[in-house]
Amino acid sequence: MEVPILKQGAVLIATFQAALSDADLNQLRSALVQQVVRFRSRGVIVDVTAMDVMDSFASRTLREIAHMIRLRGAETVIVGIQPEVAFAMVQLGLTLEGVATALDLEEGLAYLNQKFKTTK
Amino acid sequence: MAKRDESSELLRELVAHLRQNRTQLREEWVGRISETRLLTAMTKEEIFAEATSVYDSYVEALETETFEALQAYARNLSERIIPRGVETHEVVGIVLLLRDVLARSLFAKYQTDFKKLNRILDAYEPAANRIANTVAVGFVQERERVIRQQQEAIRELSTPVLQVRERLLILPIIGVIDPQRARQLTEQLLRGIRTNRAKVVVIDITGVAAMDVTVANHLVQTVEASRLLGATVIVTGLSPEIAQTLVTIGVDLGKMNTVGDLQGGIEQAERLLGYKVMALAEPS
Repeated sequence: MEVPILKQGAVLIATFQAALSDADLNQLRSALVQQVVRFRSRGVIVDVTAMDVMDSFASRTLREIAHMIRLRGAETVIVGIQPEVAFAMVQLGLTLEGVATALDLEEGLAYLNQKFKTTK
Repeated sequence: MAKRDESSELLRELVAHLRQNRTQLREEWVGRISETRLLTAMTKEEIFAEATSVYDSYVEALETETFEALQAYARNLSERIIPRGVETHEVVGIVLLLRDVLARSLFAKYQTDFKKLNRILDAYEPAANRIANTVAVGFVQERERVIRQQQEAIRELSTPVLQVRERLLILPIIGVIDPQRARQLTEQLLRGIRTNRAKVVVIDITGVAAMDVTVANHLVQTVEASRLLGATVIVTGLSPEIAQTLVTIGVDLGKMNTVGDLQGGIEQAERLLGYKVMALAEPS
């Protein structure tokens, strides 16, 4: 299942609808990395609220997405990680180092707007 | 087999002797109890009543050589006297006193026949020791049950997650943290972050004197999990021992935000949230 990517001003928003296969995740990664430059976006939000399991592949892919997008000149925020998922991830050692996180979409947008203001 | 028969024969004789002299021996025993100042938490009448039932169960256990009834009685007795502050040494003490009183009466009865006395004691001593053992174990088990129950109660007095400002939570932790409580704390905190939409959390562990490596690791994991929910955690009030533990397990201090005391932690949290607190006037 493909993840829809919405454009909202200078921000791209990718919302997971359900658990994703590895192929879907790879597809999402390439789509985001391409579109961030095509739309001249300054920020990317990946919303994982619907995920109730986060395995090591998904976690690694999210980290890669964040780092690749930084190299393409934009900021990434992962939003909506569930409390149980968060603790399970930490126990598995998947802490998404160097990746910004926020509570939900609203918080993620607030974070990016703050970033845009300070780097303008 | 012959020896066993002889032994139970002797025990029967012994039991008959104890039944016959019940009143006198019981009184002597109670006298010894108050002499040695045991069971000071109970009144004289209570001691006498309990002594009577202990004496009867004791003789019954000797007679039947089964200890279930005595065990049940010991448990029941412990249930009643533990809340009144009766100590283990007192319970063991009174049972040993009874053993001594009865042995003395045997000496008196068989003083002319040393051989018989020896055989009677051979039969009496193992049984008496077993009774003492049964009562003591029953008491200690009951005590442990009470302790377990209290631990449960303490656990249920769950640690509150409090909102002190918009988007700022504090989590004061007091007392010993075991792995189970640590897990419960984490769950509550992560849920609290979500429901209160917190951005900063101050975990105050001033009231925790020490924690083991497992719990310290758990604390670090809680901090990281909170970050995944988009909240910054500030840990305040680390005792020197806990600091030592964290250094020993090699915590990455870049991930851990620590401030000396709760006040400092809240001030730092306010800075992170963009608050500026200032006095409007001199305190009246």
